[in-house]
Amino acid sequence: MYKYDAYDHALVRERIEEFRDQVARRLDGRLTEDQFKPLRLMNGVYLQLHAYMLRVAIPYGTLNGPQLRTLAHIARRYDRGYGHFTTRTNIQFNWPALVDVPDILDHLAKVEMHAIQTSGNCIRNVTADPFAGAAADEIEDSRPWAEIIRQWSTFHPEFTFLPRKFKIAVNGARDDRAGIRVHDIGLQIVKNEAGETGFEVWVGGGQGRTPRLAQKIRDFLEPRDLLSYLTAILRVYNQHGRRDNLYKARIKILVEALGAEEFGRQTEEEWAQIREGELELPAAEIARIRAFFDRPSVSKAQPVPVSGKPGFAGWLRRNRRAHQVEGLSSVVISLKPVGGTPGDITDDQLDIVADLAERYGFDEARATPDQNLVLPHVRNEDLETVWDALVAAGLATANAGLATDIVSCPGLDYCSLANARSIPIAQAISNLVEAEGLAEPVGDVTIKIDGCINACGHHHVAHIGVLGVDKRGEEFYQITLGGAFGNDASIGGIVGKGLAGEDVPGAIVRVLKTYLEIRDENERFIDTLRRVGADAFKESIYVAA
Amino acid sequence: MKAITANRLTDGRVIYRTAEGQWSSRLDEAEHLDGDAAEARLAQAEAEFGIAVGPYLIDIEDERPGGQKWRREAIRLTGPTTGSTHEPA
Repeated sequence: MYKYDAYDHALVRERIEEFRDQVARRLDGRLTEDQFKPLRLMNGVYLQLHAYMLRVAIPYGTLNGPQLRTLAHIARRYDRGYGHFTTRTNIQFNWPALVDVPDILDHLAKVEMHAIQTSGNCIRNVTADPFAGAAADEIEDSRPWAEIIRQWSTFHPEFTFLPRKFKIAVNGARDDRAGIRVHDIGLQIVKNEAGETGFEVWVGGGQGRTPRLAQKIRDFLEPRDLLSYLTAILRVYNQHGRRDNLYKARIKILVEALGAEEFGRQTEEEWAQIREGELELPAAEIARIRAFFDRPSVSKAQPVPVSGKPGFAGWLRRNRRAHQVEGLSSVVISLKPVGGTPGDITDDQLDIVADLAERYGFDEARATPDQNLVLPHVRNEDLETVWDALVAAGLATANAGLATDIVSCPGLDYCSLANARSIPIAQAISNLVEAEGLAEPVGDVTIKIDGCINACGHHHVAHIGVLGVDKRGEEFYQITLGGAFGNDASIGGIVGKGLAGEDVPGAIVRVLKTYLEIRDENERFIDTLRRVGADAFKESIYVAA
Repeated sequence: MKAITANRLTDGRVIYRTAEGQWSSRLDEAEHLDGDAAEARLAQAEAEFGIAVGPYLIDIEDERPGGQKWRREAIRLTGPTTGSTHEPA
């Protein structure tokens, strides 16, 4: 895991002192809200429905024990005993007082964390495969590249006031678990014919009001050219991106307007001017960053346990992932107890995950785009001990990838942008799926819910998406079918008219039952849907509505 | 009828403006206003510094949030509807 150097520490410390002064000036009246708002947003502080919200950056989703304990302390002392993991692998605290935020940032800085660039029209927290450095299907660890991008993009003077926010994802495995096709820039690590690793470069993906899948503009970028090429892309975007219209300001609109080929041509033209300059990454620097991300090893590899207590085998089957090192496994810690709030975790649970990471997980945990946590490196002989502790903590739900593993934005229960509630809908679907005993029979399926078109809950790329809308003061929910997040990324299509909230869980359950009736043997939900088309499910959605 | 609501500067909590020009966390202590008086009071609240952030008018019907934004304002008043440990203290 990367460790701050003196420069990193100084950077974060200076920013906290600057913000402490800005908060003091706001409280004593020297700054108006209009003056203060852009300053607080640059430090991750939003004003939501009930309170301020602090969004803390978790670079490429990676956490260690002391960091998890600090998050637990913040939840306990400054919040209401819980935090909320987001689809961008950050954590949000929903109830901090403004007067406490500088002190909270102090606590974060001590464990090398901050809230910088978690808002605003800048390059946001870089995301990566949550199983990076562990996954059995990995080509190369994406974390060193994400860290290099983090350092380059932090306080980047040229890219602090872009036309709109900008999100970069890096995936180093064959399976795309970072969602590179729904990011402004997606980087896929590949090998060329000579066996050298480099990057496929995808641009113009995104969700929100105008969902678009990214398009590839380069088949192979040499690693030393990473930062110069990213700079070239951002310069083209910074120059031509629409600053006149908030809804057309993302790079996806520019890429669509120019065409990917022309956007790529302009990028290459700009790149030709700068590629041999100071942005070329020295091999020694790449090696220095890589050295922070060493692969764990085991002296004597043990097999995955085949027997154990009731429930343990099911948890292994759903929540364990194969590891690239013999004798190790990765495990998903589900933050989706049946009927719970997706992504929420209590202070005590954060402490327990910290303990498990330190004692059994090589001091590492990850946050995932599905609002779960991962222990990436667990010795096989420790799996049952870890499971026991998770059971005791209420964190052992064996539902990773199932219909109860629902992703949800905070929605109208917290968010000032939302039009409708999303968490209660997720809870009701989860409860009904469980009551009907459908999760295991249905198997892999993604259900994602949003309370507005900004799509923080990623409903566009869910097999079953739910979008809340407001119609004259009443909540209605549009159902989308056929979206997907990874290698087979696609944007779901709206099935028909919106449903009342109380009708949504039943409609989803009927869709799942229809799938069970019409699927071919061993066919996943999304494959059945693509084979028969969304219309085959339409009747099941509206039959009783 | 209308009332004026805002978020408290220090901690962001939901507050309502009283007839005495103070701020309360209780909607039943809010001043009920109508027409021009509501706009005048809002302008007054916007001009003040120190306690409230972003004051605005909400509809009140039968002593509760009303109008098209009634649910949003009801959630602001009573807290998240997500249950369990997440009810506001």
